[in-house]
Amino acid sequence: MVAKYVRNVVFGLGVVGAAMAVSGPAAANDIAQIKVATGTVIVERGSQRLMAAAGTRLQQSDVIRTGINGSVGITFTDNTMMSAGPNSAIVLDRYAFNSTTHEGRLDTSVRTGTLSVVSGKIAKQSPEAMTVKTPATILGVRGTEFFVQVGEVK
Amino acid sequence: MLFTRAVQRGCLVAAIAGLAACASSHPPQTVVLVPDNDGKVGTVIVSNVEGGGSTTLNKPYAAARVESVGGKSEPRTVSEAEVKKVFGGAIAAQPIRPISFQLYFMEGTDEYTPESKEAFENVFAEVARRKVAEVAVIGHTDTVGTLEFNDALSLKRAARVRNDFTGRGIPTDSISIAGRGEREPVVPTADEVSEPRNRRVEISVR
Repeated sequence: MVAKYVRNVVFGLGVVGAAMAVSGPAAANDIAQIKVATGTVIVERGSQRLMAAAGTRLQQSDVIRTGINGSVGITFTDNTMMSAGPNSAIVLDRYAFNSTTHEGRLDTSVRTGTLSVVSGKIAKQSPEAMTVKTPATILGVRGTEFFVQVGEVK
Repeated sequence: MLFTRAVQRGCLVAAIAGLAACASSHPPQTVVLVPDNDGKVGTVIVSNVEGGGSTTLNKPYAAARVESVGGKSEPRTVSEAEVKKVFGGAIAAQPIRPISFQLYFMEGTDEYTPESKEAFENVFAEVARRKVAEVAVIGHTDTVGTLEFNDALSLKRAARVRNDFTGRGIPTDSISIAGRGEREPVVPTADEVSEPRNRRVEISVR
């Protein structure tokens, strides 16, 4: 734990004030789950900074950060998959999904780093329903697999 | 948010100083479209927030890159090797792809058909190979019997599947079950029609 704190500070992820494990059964406001996590993965939720691991459930507005050796893979409840490489920051801006009609909304942002996306039921059902933002662009996602890079590879 | 504001302020200063272009301070960004698992290629429309204009990516390995200064995105094609080099970390972290199954039942019961009893092993293998699996089981019936009977039977079928998972070590809290009765047939029929294809559970694994 201490080693992780130090690494976070060194690599600009900020001081982890109140790190705690998040897992447990699914709740109504869970929108996705971390399926793969290597190295340092932090979830910022409001003022909390959570040490994340495989199994951590995610909510709208969460910010997911990976450290210099970190990577993370998540699957949303509509089967959209996103995974990020090292030194990445991804924001889950907005999510809504009706599992019966498959209608919904999925907006995410890449602040920095690398992201792999495989779109799911939301984008399949309505072509205007999914976007990925970067600092200078908005991606309209009609499907299905693509990559986003913000910044150069370090 | 702060970053956006800083960029906007930078543009404002540039405007006041009478500079023609706003030398934006965002990092360079690249989008690459790739074929999906089945070899199909989708579409991503890259719209530039500052300069307007957009680039439509709809060919394998089509890419749009927005430089840190200037901002207009030019379409280009990149190689598979380049993609693997730049996005190797993200690719290695991709979750196992979601998959769904259907299992079928003997009439009026929560007993699998012989074929589905065997097929259950494939479903179980898909669940077991995931480090953290989420399983959704939805039960259905044909139209033989009352609505109430079939609501109960469809839920019983879903619960049967859950029990078969938990009995082999899959945590209960990773499995959700629901019963839809005879309301969502795969093969629409009149009432009181025995239809094997409607006596099923749908299992989504992710």
